[in-house]
This record gives sequence, C-alpha cells and structure tokens, in this order.
Amino acid sequence: MIRELFSATVIIGIISSGIRLATPYLYASIGEMFGQRSGVLNLGVEGQMLLGAFMAFYVALKTGNLWLGVLAAMGVGALMGLAMAFVTVNLQATQGISGIGFYLFGLGMSNLLFQKLIGTVETVQGFPRISLPLLGKIPVIGDIFFNQNMLVYLAFLLVPAAWFVLHKTTLGLKIRAVGENPEAADSLGVSVSRVRYFTVILGGVLSGVAGASLSIALLNVFQQNMTAGQGFIAVALVYFGGWRPWGILGGALLFSLVNALQLWIQVLGVPIPSELAVMMPYVLTILVLTVSVSKVRGPSALTKVFEREG
Amino acid sequence: MTPSGSPSAEKVKIHTLEMIGISKRFPGVLANDRVDFDVRAGEVHALLGENGAGKSTLMKILYGMYHPDAGQIVIDGQPTVIPSPVAAIRKGIGMIHQHFMLVPTLTVAENVALGLPSSRGPLTDLEQVSKRILQLADKYNLKIDPKALVWQLSVGQQQRVEIIKALYRGAALLLLDEPTAVLTPQEVDELFVIMRQMTLDGYGLVFISHKLHEVVEISQRVTVLRNGRKIGTRPTSEVTKQILANWMVGRDIEFITSSAQQAAGETRIALEKVCCDSDRGTEGLCDVSLEVHSGEILGLAGVSGNGQRELAETIVGLRHIRSGKVFLDGKDVTGLQPGVLTGRGLSYIPEERMKDGMIRNFNIAENLILREHHKPPFSEHGFLKMRDIAAHTDRLIKQYQIKTPSQKTLAKSLSGGNIQKVLLARELSRSPRAIVAAQPTRGLDIGASEYVHEQLLKQRADGTAILLISEDLDEILALSDRIAVIYEGKIMDILYRETATREEIGLLMAGVHLENKPAETAIAPEL
Repeated sequence: MIRELFSATVIIGIISSGIRLATPYLYASIGEMFGQRSGVLNLGVEGQMLLGAFMAFYVALKTGNLWLGVLAAMGVGALMGLAMAFVTVNLQATQGISGIGFYLFGLGMSNLLFQKLIGTVETVQGFPRISLPLLGKIPVIGDIFFNQNMLVYLAFLLVPAAWFVLHKTTLGLKIRAVGENPEAADSLGVSVSRVRYFTVILGGVLSGVAGASLSIALLNVFQQNMTAGQGFIAVALVYFGGWRPWGILGGALLFSLVNALQLWIQVLGVPIPSELAVMMPYVLTILVLTVSVSKVRGPSALTKVFEREG
Repeated sequence: MTPSGSPSAEKVKIHTLEMIGISKRFPGVLANDRVDFDVRAGEVHALLGENGAGKSTLMKILYGMYHPDAGQIVIDGQPTVIPSPVAAIRKGIGMIHQHFMLVPTLTVAENVALGLPSSRGPLTDLEQVSKRILQLADKYNLKIDPKALVWQLSVGQQQRVEIIKALYRGAALLLLDEPTAVLTPQEVDELFVIMRQMTLDGYGLVFISHKLHEVVEISQRVTVLRNGRKIGTRPTSEVTKQILANWMVGRDIEFITSSAQQAAGETRIALEKVCCDSDRGTEGLCDVSLEVHSGEILGLAGVSGNGQRELAETIVGLRHIRSGKVFLDGKDVTGLQPGVLTGRGLSYIPEERMKDGMIRNFNIAENLILREHHKPPFSEHGFLKMRDIAAHTDRLIKQYQIKTPSQKTLAKSLSGGNIQKVLLARELSRSPRAIVAAQPTRGLDIGASEYVHEQLLKQRADGTAILLISEDLDEILALSDRIAVIYEGKIMDILYRETATREEIGLLMAGVHLENKPAETAIAPEL
C-alpha cells in the first residue's frame, strides 16, 4: 500500500488536490495579509468564511447562478469586514478579542441561517473544472495545474496581484506606511482610518470568497462549521509567509500538500491511525511556525490602536 | 541658488508669519498664555525655553496639530486657520519633529512620496521622486541615497530625509523641534550649514532648543518662553547666554561643574571584554572594558542607541552577556541576578524612569521601598511594617525635597522632576557603593537637573563610584572626571575631562579616531 503512494497517478492526484485545497487559504490569507500590513489583526476570518460559504451556497442553490453566489459571499464578507473595521478603528476595541467575537458571530449566524433557510443536506453543482486551452494538454503538468476550476485559477492570480498592489501602487505604499508608523502617515495626510477600513473590508470580501470556494467549488455542500479551523490556519499562514504574498503562497501550498497527502493516505488505507494522519498538517504548521517566524518581523503597528494626539 | 533651479514647487512663499495672542489650555495647565511670536523669510528665529515652557505646544499649533483656544495666525497679512498638518503643509509650513515621522521599513523615496499624488495615477512614481530628491539633496549638499531603507540610516541622515520631505512638499517655513538633541557636535555643525544656506535662499526657520550656545550660534532673533508665557523677543546679538538663562529659569542660575578630580580610590565597577546582544539581536556591546573607581564619575558619551542601554543593563544584571566578565568591588558578579547586586550596594537610575524605575500605580511610599521591602526595617515575617515605612517615607520626602500632597500620592501623578527625586531618594539613600545613572536629567527642567547634579556630586564626594550615561555632552563635560565614548557598542576611547575637547569627543561619537593620538589613553589609566 505504501508503494501505491509513489505511483505516478497518486502523486499527480496528491499535487492536484493539494493545489485545489490551497484555494480557500490563498483567498483568506491574502485578505488577512492586507489587514495586518495596515496594522489590523482580524481573528474573525473563520466567521467570515463560514458566512461566505453559506451565502454562496444558498444563493447558488436558489438561483442556480454560481457567480451570484460568489457575489453574495463577497457582500456578506464586506459587511463583516465593515463591522470589524468599525469596532477596531472607531471604537478602538482590542483587535484579538473583537476578532474572536466576530468568529463566534459568524459561526452562530451561519448555523442559524442554515437551519432556518435550508435545514437539510443539499448539494449544488459547483464550479466545473476547466481545462485551459493548450496548457491543459501538457502531460502531468496540465493535469496538475491547468485542469482546475475558475476559483482556483483566480486564487493563484491573486498572489502576484496582491504583490503588485502592495509594492507598485500608492495605495500599497499607504498600507505599508500605516502598518509600520501610522503617526508618520497621518502627519503626511494619509487617513489611517480610511486605509484600515479599506484593508479590513477587502479582507472580509476575500474571506467570503474563501468560504464560497469551499461550499460551491470544492465540496459543493454546506455543513455547519464546515471550515473547521481553516480561517485560523489562514491567519497563521500570514505569519508563516512573513506578511508577503509569495511567502503566503508557499505556506498555503505546503500546508495543503501535506493535507492532500494525509487524505490520500486514508483513502489508500495505509495503516496509520486516521486521527494521526489528520493531525499531520497542523503539527507541521506549528513546527514551521516556531522555526521560521522569529526571523521575520511583522508590521510594527500590528494590533495597535491609532489615536491622534491633541 | 536660483529659484528656478529648485525642484520644489516654489508656489508658496511666506514673507512674514505672525502668531498673535495664542492661548492653549490642557487639563490642569495653561500651556500657552497669550503668546505672540513671529518669523520672517530669511531668518532663524530661536524659540528657547525649558521643558514644559510651551515651545512644542506653540509649534504644534502652528503646524495644525493642536487648535488654539484663543489667538490668531496671520500669514503675510492674511488671518489664517490651520486645522491640520496637511493644511499647514499646503500653506508652506513644514515641521521637523523631534521624534522623526518616518517609516523605517520604507525607502527614502517611498517616505518622501507617501501621501502625495503620483504622476502615474494609482501607480507609484518612485523613479521621478528619486530624481527630484537628488536635485534637492544636491542643492543643500545633503548626500542621501533615495533607494536606501530608512532604518539603515544614521540619525543625522534620517533628519536630512525629514528636511527633504518638507522641502519636497514646497515648505517655505520650517519648524525644527529640538533638531540637535540627537546629533553629534559635528552633525550639529553640518545641520547649521544647511540651515544657513536655507535662510540665504529665503526660507524662514524656527529653531526650538534649550541649548543656549546653539541658539546664540545660529539664530538672528530669539524668543524665550517660561511657564507658557513669553518673556521677550530680542535680536540674538543683543543678549548674552547669562541673560537668556535667567529669562528661561526666572532666577539666577549657576552653571554647575564638578571640582577638580580628587584622588580616586579603588575600582568599584569593572567590565572585562564584555560582549552582548542588543534587543534586535545584533551586536549590542563588543569587547567593552572599563573601570569606575571610588569617588569618580565616569561619563559615557555617545549618540543614542550605540550600546548605552546595553551597557547599563549589563552592569545591573538585567542583560545576559555572551562573553566577558563583570566585577563589583573586585568580585566577579557575572550573571548574578539584579536583586543580588542590589544587596551588594549597586544602585541604578534607569533611563526610562517611569517604565523601569517605578510602578506608575504605586504610591510614593511603595515606590520608595521597592528594592528593600522584603527585609527589616520594612517588613518582618512577611508582613509590611506600615509605621516604619511611613516614617522612612516622611524622612526621604523632606530630605530630597519631594513636592507631593502626601506619601500616598501615586507615582504617575507626580511631575517629571519629582519622579526623579523619588527615584534618587530610593537609590541614593541606601549609601550605595556604586551607581549606574542613565540619562538622569533627560526631560527635567533646569532646576531639577541642577538638583540631580548636586546629588550625584555629593555621592562622588562620599566616595561612590558613578557611571553617568548621558546623550547631553554638556552634562558629561560638566560632571565627569573621565569620559568614555561609545560608538556601535565599542568604547572608542577614554579621555580625561581636563584635556578632552568637544570636537574630539564629537569625532569619537561618530566613530572617528583622531590620528597621531597616543594609544595608551584607550586603556583605563591607573589612578
């Protein structure tokens, strides 16, 4: 059975599903990265994902239009982000605690909505796989990279886009400045509140899409608490990736590949207790985090409330 | 020097700016009381006063950071309201803050471009910004690399970035808030050259300082503030340092200096080739060896952040060292806990007195017994002896002239000078063998500083060994018997006060050794 793990089909399968599994992490982590680069730690990602997953599923189920579902997920994520921004920027609440509050809200609310509006197990026809012209025909590589659904492709395009915004635009300059020295940014007329509102709402929108990628692209069902901690892993991946898009991509891929590996181990019936197998990616995250994080310094103003003197 | 050659958009030009009858009240204090102030193009107008005299408040009002309760700002005859720093910048007023408003992780060009519209719309135009920075830098001989990351620059270079930032935004009037506080004497000279060039080009400069000799050197006019009130404005050529000092303090002051070196006694503190890490994990101290003797003040001069904090913490046992040895009274105390060192007669006046020296929410009595609360006479069998503590506190409040409503007053509600007196009372009343005093007068007014200096000199007369760490070269020169200069965690040299010159110390502070210097002074001399 161990030998089966190393056959070409299985390896292709593992990598291919690893890439698929990385999708929600990419959306959520890149969104979270923008918030953190501007100084806001949002621990409510999990809650945003759950509501996003539900809204996408519900709208897709009722309308049959997957893109409307994604749009609905973005909307509910934006609302959650708006609320988070209001609480942390205007009311100056402690970021960690309010984030946990929003997680619990999202968890409870998605459960409630599911029970009231759907109630039973239903499935939708999720985003289909699209084989890209030419690229999808390349042996092995085509199977792994270019036979995925739309949300997967978009997630991977998000990484260079995020890098570009952060480093090549005036907006990105403002975000980096606000996260490092909000007083300096403020003294030059950059509105710290406006930048933080923008990044936190953007984070909410992307978390919503992350949820949608679970419920209408990856699993095509909605279950209560279906994210099962992925939102928190997404937060951890931001640290893991050193607050950089490419670092986050690496972290998300590593984590998802190990996850895919353990899924295949279970499927193939390799004699490892499934509980142990399930733990693998998490143990790996903790290990890599302890080894890697100390080297990279996060944004100086992360979690700090900004208040103008005088 | 031609206006057309200037890359900054010379749209704004301020000929005169007047502040008339400015008042600003904060809870409990009247920071500015009907202050008049004006500045003209082409002059340096010094604003002189002690800490808390209201200089910074006045300038923050001018820069739109505070809003005055009364009074008016008039630019070239036009009454003006300045609601925010951005508005101030738009009107041609720039400010160089004492604590730089820079983003350390960004490059020079990014710091300059931040908040400005870009010629490329949503995309940054750093190439173009860099070009204009170089033009400006060239004009004022500012030598700066637009691509350098700000955290890698020296303090003096960072200040230049601040100046460029203001010029880039078309400032016609620059407010410089204590710009020399963090500079070496040579960097101060360079800054003054830049300032003179700028006045020639028609800029108006406000120079905030409490250093008399700098004010006399650079300004054409000087205004003195005391307790929020304006004492007077005069052409600098018509006043002397003594007059200005009297205006500042409101009474005659003497410039304290220590008497000539007495015969110094045995070695009390010794460091032998000490190396340690800084908080950032880089090298904090590197092969530091020095000795402080009984009855001696060893001054440690250096620009902020060159290892002073690490050195103080190493001696008092708060920092783990990588190699080397620390001796107290001839005994190896390397790696011992602070509590043990306290018991052996080491006192410490930390740099951040509120953070490391006191507990904000404890009252005076509690703060006074922090070090020795666990032993008699303050406690017995684990119980505090309130009556003895109260008597002890009363005695110290009288002896050290601590101004407080009661001994139950919380530390956080005392003034800076009184906080330092409480700290001195605790650390000096124990008859210490040795004292590490880090920035003991930082932020204090002249009266309180005088008091601290007197106390330290009294300890010196009693035979205590004192390491005085200060970024204020005047203080070092006034009090020290010998002067050690630290640069990037290394002791550059140890000089005798009598023969040391300000210039030589300044060069050492910048890491430059004078050539043809006999090498033996680098070793602590036998006394």
